[in-house]
Amino acid sequence: MPPNTRPEQTEAQKRFSIHTFASSWIRPVLPWLGVSVFFSLFFFYPLARILWVGLNPASLLALFPGSFLLASRVLGFTFYQAVLSTLLTLALGLPVAFVFARFDFPGKPLLRTLTAIPFMMPTVVVAAGFNALLGPHGWINLGLMRFFHLQTAPIAFIGTLGAILLAHVFYNTTIIIRLVGNTLSHLDPQLEQAARTLGADPKRVLYRVILPLLRPSILAAALLTFIFDFTSFGVILLLGGPQFSTLEVEIYKQAVQAFNLPLAGLLSLIQLLCTLIFSVLYSRILTRTVVTSPPRAAGTSLHKVQTLRQKLFLGGMVLLLLLLFVLPLASLPLSSVVRLEADRGQRGQVSYGLTADYFKELFINRSDSIFYVPPFEAIGNSLAYAALTVILSLALGFPVAMALIHPRRLERILDPLLMLPLGASAVTLGLGFIVSFNKPPLAWVTSPLLVPLAHTLIALPFVIRSLQPALASIPDRLRQAAASLGASPSRVWFTVDWPIVVRATLAAAVFAFTISLGEFGATSLVVRPEYPTLPIAIARFLSQPGGLNYGQAMAMATVLMVICGSGSLLIERLRLPGTGDF
Amino acid sequence: MLEVKDIRKSYQGQPLLRSISFTVAAGETVCLLGASGSGKSTLLRIIAGLEVPERGHVLWAGGDLACVPPHRRFFGLVFQDYALFPHLTVAGNVAFGLKMLDLPQEEIHGRVIRTLDKVNLAGFEDRRVTDLSGGEQQRVALARALAPDPRLLMFDEPLGALDRNLRQQLMAELRRILRLSGVPAIYVTHDQEEAFFLADRVLLLHEGRILREGTPAEVWTDPGSVWAARFLDAGNVLQGAVLPGGKVRTIIGTFPLTCGHAHQAGEQVALLVSRRGIRQVSKGGISGIVTDVIFRQDGYKVTLEGGPDFYLPEAPRVGGAIFLEIPPEGIKCLS
Repeated sequence: MPPNTRPEQTEAQKRFSIHTFASSWIRPVLPWLGVSVFFSLFFFYPLARILWVGLNPASLLALFPGSFLLASRVLGFTFYQAVLSTLLTLALGLPVAFVFARFDFPGKPLLRTLTAIPFMMPTVVVAAGFNALLGPHGWINLGLMRFFHLQTAPIAFIGTLGAILLAHVFYNTTIIIRLVGNTLSHLDPQLEQAARTLGADPKRVLYRVILPLLRPSILAAALLTFIFDFTSFGVILLLGGPQFSTLEVEIYKQAVQAFNLPLAGLLSLIQLLCTLIFSVLYSRILTRTVVTSPPRAAGTSLHKVQTLRQKLFLGGMVLLLLLLFVLPLASLPLSSVVRLEADRGQRGQVSYGLTADYFKELFINRSDSIFYVPPFEAIGNSLAYAALTVILSLALGFPVAMALIHPRRLERILDPLLMLPLGASAVTLGLGFIVSFNKPPLAWVTSPLLVPLAHTLIALPFVIRSLQPALASIPDRLRQAAASLGASPSRVWFTVDWPIVVRATLAAAVFAFTISLGEFGATSLVVRPEYPTLPIAIARFLSQPGGLNYGQAMAMATVLMVICGSGSLLIERLRLPGTGDF
Repeated sequence: MLEVKDIRKSYQGQPLLRSISFTVAAGETVCLLGASGSGKSTLLRIIAGLEVPERGHVLWAGGDLACVPPHRRFFGLVFQDYALFPHLTVAGNVAFGLKMLDLPQEEIHGRVIRTLDKVNLAGFEDRRVTDLSGGEQQRVALARALAPDPRLLMFDEPLGALDRNLRQQLMAELRRILRLSGVPAIYVTHDQEEAFFLADRVLLLHEGRILREGTPAEVWTDPGSVWAARFLDAGNVLQGAVLPGGKVRTIIGTFPLTCGHAHQAGEQVALLVSRRGIRQVSKGGISGIVTDVIFRQDGYKVTLEGGPDFYLPEAPRVGGAIFLEIPPEGIKCLS
């Protein structure tokens, strides 16, 4: 309708229509501007560089055939340990999931939380924890040595395949418990009852009804576990020792120790291809896990533990879980405050027992130390990197999360791209930075800023995914109700939106903060030796002999564990009910 | 065939079933009628062996079933929300019970076809149960329960989730199938229309007890208690005082006291006064002022001052007084 036929159109309406016309294409693009630039420069360009470096015909020819043998051996071991780890994780996780979903017993919520704690812990903390428990200077070995008067540690754990497998089980059991347990507790108990009245004994109910219904979620949980095991870096580097090399570890070794960037690039490409295939498979399976039976209130099928056999089984399971999930993380702070062996270079009387020395040492710059970076500086670095990561990822993620509330075509196309960094492993992202920013005009490889940039890349998908559902959860009806009750638009925003926005932003910030603090894979490649982060420093100290180094590693790992643990608790507190797990 | 003896069960500390006893004869359909939360479903689950009563016994042909697990009782159970196995096809669902009997493949196939035919689902074998409508799902559930030839069929509000037309259609099919198969059945519902339609015998369940038991006609015409009369909406429940000489005075007039036992004068009693079979007369009988007249397909519902209402073939004037004659069989004593 031409404007002259609408004389009653007000000035404000005219301005509004002009305004919408002028910004018709700019406005939807605006929130994506920052993210697009950031992703192009720090994700897609590095990936393209890896592709170039890895598939360069000249360097491929130079790598042939020795490096190809190495690559296939590494790929083989990566699969081997991941399959073994996944099977072991299933073997522990499935029975626990069943018991958690079916039985009610005192302490269940606590035990459930306990199994989820490792998932929030940085790999260096877990590695340090297992070291404190089962390492050559760990509690168990020292105890056995003292008790049986042995000269050497009787249990060789660090540097074995067993250490890798145990740490992977420790990490990923919670995935099985959560994913499978969730489906299980939402299974209609009437299905089992129907099967019973149709003549199926409990065993047949399990094999004919429950397991077939659980199969998609068991598959999904197993595949997710497999992906995590496949791309695991810190656990294998720190607990497996030099003789074990997975793709991740080999990329790191080739890039940082052997300076063989073409081979590192090639391995990265293999890694990318594998994770791509697994991710596609995973999302395929995930679409099938939707249980079509009507959801029941969880808890209707909970039983009390009654028979002796059930009690014994439950008791054994609880004991096993406590041993596995409490001991490593409990050993860590203990090791940081107890002196069990002489420090390096220490002569004469050594006072064993409780000590605060290792924490005091964190603040001392020992000139005779081979590390010129004292631990407290590493802590400072980590905090600074984490703060930068929070600012960057919120600044980039918030506009996108807002735009995603009302997705249009642009949003639907761009949204999946945001999750791509999750598919690339951390070490690959780090390698991308190294091969991209090593010569002018992008010669940033010496800049400490690469660390927070890499962390932002890793944290951003999580930040967006935790902001978006919270922001989208504010129902328009609530705003309309507030407006119809007489609230002005600004009043509406402050009373309805603000409280939720604050919570969500805080949760996302804590998320980014803990991710940055614990990040190890990408950091290992891009970190400047003179500005190490806390995890890097812990890994260095762990690899050095002597009680003081060991004690300080334990003290730093304890600090990291406490920060990440409280961060996760905070996120759990801030999280709105009903937003999903994985 | 089935004998339920003194079943007791409590739920979260509250008694839910307090001494329930009844029997189901061969070929008989018994309906348990009660409000939601009256413990009907729990009773079914106890009979099926899915729950254990705190006291009491379930017997089949004289033998106690306490030690017989649900899968050896051969009692079919049809659930309100069907509980079909979502991972199996229609045929897979119906065949489930037959497979549990380890029957040969060909026999299973034949019986699945025949059973699906019985419930008017011929040709549905390979459909996914999740793609079916509510009515079709309920038919599959019925076929699944029927297929292994259970000794007893139990229905837990099977039509509760369906709309009215479909419910009536399925009620008719169910009645036909139950008559045809001759399986004894227990049917649990809160809907008296379903109960009266299907039952040989109705058991009224209230506060964990069986309040009234009898054929649909017996239960309807003489519900026995104020609660039952109100629950069934069987007529006007009127409170009154006993007069000397064995009559009862209510707000709309005096009625003869028809119950057997003696009442003291001045005692408060409750009467059930039928709404139907009432004649309008010019004088005498009971009287009242008409406050409302509502057209019903088969007459007029006339409400008198104070609440009681009656069905009359003609509409009286609102605000005027009318006189009604109530036949003696239209008046029952309530406890």
